[in-house]
Amino acid sequence: MTRNRLTPARLGFADVLRVGAAGLSTRPTRVILSALGIAIGIATMIAVIGISASSREQLLRQLDRLGTNLLTVSAGQTMFGKEAELPTGAVAMVERIGPVRTAGATGAITATVRRTRYIPEEVTGGIAVQAATTGLLATLEGGVTKGAWLNAATERQPVVVLGAKAAETLGISRTGVRVWMGGRWFTVVGILTPMPLAPEIERSALVGFPAGAELLGFDGHPSTIYERSTEESVEGVRGVLPRTVNPENPEEVNVSRPSDALAARAAAAGAFTNLLLGLGAVALLVGGVGVANTMVISVLERRSEIGLRRSLGATRGQVRVQFLAESLLLSVLGGVVGAVLGALATTGYALSRGWPAVVPPWALGGAIAATLVIGTIAGLYPAMRAARLSPTVALTTT
Amino acid sequence: MSVVELHDVTKVYEGHVEALRGVDLTVERGELVAIVGPSGSGKSTMLHMIGTLDLPTTGTVRVAEYDIAELSDRELSALRARHLGFVFQQFHLAPGVSALDNVADGLLYSGIGLRARRELAASALERVGLGHRLGHRPNQLSGGEQQRVAVARAVAGDPPLLLADEPTGNLDSASGAEVLTVLGGLHAAGTTIAIITHDAEIAAWCHRQVRLRDGRIVADLTRAAGPERVAGPERAAGPEQVAGFGQGAPE
Repeated sequence: MTRNRLTPARLGFADVLRVGAAGLSTRPTRVILSALGIAIGIATMIAVIGISASSREQLLRQLDRLGTNLLTVSAGQTMFGKEAELPTGAVAMVERIGPVRTAGATGAITATVRRTRYIPEEVTGGIAVQAATTGLLATLEGGVTKGAWLNAATERQPVVVLGAKAAETLGISRTGVRVWMGGRWFTVVGILTPMPLAPEIERSALVGFPAGAELLGFDGHPSTIYERSTEESVEGVRGVLPRTVNPENPEEVNVSRPSDALAARAAAAGAFTNLLLGLGAVALLVGGVGVANTMVISVLERRSEIGLRRSLGATRGQVRVQFLAESLLLSVLGGVVGAVLGALATTGYALSRGWPAVVPPWALGGAIAATLVIGTIAGLYPAMRAARLSPTVALTTT
Repeated sequence: MSVVELHDVTKVYEGHVEALRGVDLTVERGELVAIVGPSGSGKSTMLHMIGTLDLPTTGTVRVAEYDIAELSDRELSALRARHLGFVFQQFHLAPGVSALDNVADGLLYSGIGLRARRELAASALERVGLGHRLGHRPNQLSGGEQQRVAVARAVAGDPPLLLADEPTGNLDSASGAEVLTVLGGLHAAGTTIAIITHDAEIAAWCHRQVRLRDGRIVADLTRAAGPERVAGPERAAGPEQVAGFGQGAPE
């Protein structure tokens, strides 16, 4: 017989999986219990990430619907700390900026709005009376729930359009009702839809510019100008607005973007709660310890199996791989179950809040990667112990 | 051609327990050897030496012409996978796994694909007379049948040497005879078999007896005629015949 070198046969990937799975399938209860720890940890983390991602998605969709191309211009303060005002021709100037599509304005009026003259003047309900240009509603992309918006004819008449909150405060749900403003009756001709980007309009009673000037002593100076341009030119328009609106004193003009507040909320919602995430990580760690414990016990119990496999020709490495595969399968099983549970929890919560359910794929991938790492760490020590076991000792202990 | 050669082998455990005190033994291809002795005589240590599960303290052990002291753990594993088959007193079958897969798993470390492993396993179970029990799990089999499954696992890869450690130790006499019949049949078909036992009857049934006492070989007897004459497959020996043969063998 010639002396050829002895090299052990390689164990194929499928065989490693089969051997690992066979070790688990004989002890189902223990497998379920130790995988449960991992599952709870993963489910917590996925749910925390998923719920904050869903809430963020909800805000982003709202932002998308409302658009980010709305800018508002308002009067700031003069150098001496006095209230500045915008020039009367400012709206027309803004409309002349190239990329600007529509513009509208409101102007503050000192009058109050009440259901009848017998209600004391101080009881305003927080409702502001404002003059509005006819272009305002189109610029805000709003609509009316009842009646109609001001037009070239009605802006000269003693009629008023109420914001959604203002109408609610006054207890008015239909048009044709009269309200007491500035010492005379005005007829309600329209009620507006809610406007998330311009909450101040929701709390206003709006009359036309000419009517305001004629009947309520409005001075004709707009206090806020709303402007919508094309999405790409927002920054450019923002730059030229102060000089366009008030060429003499551009520093007295404030420009802001209402959608920025919403974007900031979306960003805040995306930053998930670190405390809850930490809680999930602790659960995961405990789960990993559970897997390690199960594997150590398994190695102790299965000495004779290890001895048999060594006698059948398994190398130390193959015994080590077997127990590592078992530990990996155990924790990945927990990870997959946990990911499913976490995704279900996210979906359930999002549905109950009317949000879109979003589970980021990176979170799922990360969860599986985390369980692979945990499975390896938890299985390493038991697998080394199994591999170190001498075949004779393994076979003689029964 | 020798399958196993032991030269002046000693084994000392933990510095003072002398399990083997200078053993010389050669097993030729095709032999059926019983290594017999009372407990504490060093039989199990002999099994570990021949089975390459442990290394001698001094002396040389050659299995299939390889000096096992020169081999690494990986090489020893490969040697066991290709050249040795083991049968243990406790069967060591995986619970809840069919007889076929228990036998097929015995070939896991010889680099054979799953399908081929199952085919070889089926034919090995056929050889031990369990061709009709492929799908049965260990708890559905009698003790004798379980040990025959273990024998099938040991011989499925056709190893040149089959080592049986008290193969009938956990069985009643009828089941034990059943297993011996199978071993006799395998021997008749050409497998070299070494049986480690304390049972004089089984030892007498083998055509060569190596008697151990206190770590030394005290007798090495060879009978002219092998057991296949009676227990061979062509005669399909029943349990009684095997038992009767054992009693009638020269001492």
